[in-house]
Amino acid sequence: MNYLFILFNEIYKILFLLIPILVSVALIVWFDRRVWAFVQKRRGPNVVGPFGLFQTVADALKYIFKEIIIPASANKIIFILAPIVTMTLALIAWAVIPFSEKLVLSNINVGILYLFAISSLGVYGIIMGGWASNSKYPFLGSIRSAAQMVSYEVSIGIIIVNVLLCVGSLNLKDIVLAQKNIWFIIPLFPMFVIFFISALAETNRPPFDLPEAESELVAGYQTEYSGMMYAMFWLGEYANILLMCAMGSILFLGGWLSPINLYPFNLLPSPLWMILKILLLFFLFALVKAIVPRYRFDQLMRLGWKVFLPVSLIWVILTASYLYYFEMLPNST
Amino acid sequence: MKLNRIIKTIFLLEFVKGLNIAIKEIFKPKKTINYPFEKGKISPRFRGEHALRRYPNGEERCIACKLCEAVCPAQAITIESKPMVDGSRKTTRYDIDMLKCIYCGLCEESCPVDAIVQGPNFEFATETREELYYNKEKLLENGDRWEQILAENIKADSPYR
Repeated sequence: MNYLFILFNEIYKILFLLIPILVSVALIVWFDRRVWAFVQKRRGPNVVGPFGLFQTVADALKYIFKEIIIPASANKIIFILAPIVTMTLALIAWAVIPFSEKLVLSNINVGILYLFAISSLGVYGIIMGGWASNSKYPFLGSIRSAAQMVSYEVSIGIIIVNVLLCVGSLNLKDIVLAQKNIWFIIPLFPMFVIFFISALAETNRPPFDLPEAESELVAGYQTEYSGMMYAMFWLGEYANILLMCAMGSILFLGGWLSPINLYPFNLLPSPLWMILKILLLFFLFALVKAIVPRYRFDQLMRLGWKVFLPVSLIWVILTASYLYYFEMLPNST
Repeated sequence: MKLNRIIKTIFLLEFVKGLNIAIKEIFKPKKTINYPFEKGKISPRFRGEHALRRYPNGEERCIACKLCEAVCPAQAITIESKPMVDGSRKTTRYDIDMLKCIYCGLCEESCPVDAIVQGPNFEFATETREELYYNKEKLLENGDRWEQILAENIKADSPYR
């Protein structure tokens, strides 16, 4: 009886996290399309519901009722598994994201490592989808995506090391609390820029959307997918983008902390600050999508390995020596 | 020159400029219309849904000359005819397969009595294929519904024919 109670309690907590995230993914797709349209002086989706807010719900309903086509030569099991993997990995990473001092599903001590591991696993869904489709475009798309995500993960990892040097803990809560005096975006601004650009590459957003480059690869690894399976890839992608925004706001923008610990600002509840910061980052993501052309693949690789990796490595050394010289290393006493 | 470029690259100056322009564009008025609620202006020559017209006294204009059937490049029109009691020749069957039709306007062009015309309506999407096989009743009904606009359009376009 006791076990059952614990089980139901956990399920309740998971649903309490999962449903708002799925709803916000739906809203964020709408927001993305809307911002994109506004920059191009179009209107964007504005018919379904107030301001077109329910557009994604309508789209999802459409996808549910569509036929799922599995190519005759595809590897059926892996083909079906791929979107499930993508979606699951995009959602389970949210377990460690703290929305306030208390509001976190599992406050584990290696939170940032867990996040990093899960987002690295994300590439598997894409590779599986591309390989199992057994056709040219998905295969090329997934190869590109694998190369791209692996290379940019390296620089993201080193950027995280920068932050960890200043914090002295892998716990996401400690990382946020370490920014009580000053957000890491101020001392580590170049790292924030590189993190943002790497996050664009990591989530296959323009200008790094080579895996799904329409003009060359039809739709990349999603070419053979249809119906709900396609929708799962698509929702997983947006959940990943949202996750990257959350990661950025925890690492650099002080998570749930208010910008100034003064009267009008600290009146707002802390999860609201977190959501506002995620939205701000996502707004940047959406703007970037509207203004940039796509990179060539060799330029993408050059940027990742020859620019971002050395710069972030040098910055690690600079941060470490600065902290050591001025004896500001955390946990040094 | 070179240093200038390096500075531009390192500080992502052009990227920041682009972001600035994008944010400015967001607040500018929209260039597109709010389609299902407001519609764009269409020319009197617009080639939309077909209609068969009648004379003001209610008689069908079509004399079953079958010029439209002959000229139709997609062979979408099928006509059968027989003489009437009063000696005139009328159609007994006038079908247009709207799925075959390429909306070229040649039927309208070839018609000597302005019977078959293409109206301003372009929103006739249906849920089944069968609904788009138009027969004579459907076309005449279209003609009755759009007659006023059709007559105006033909008048407006007549100096150029």
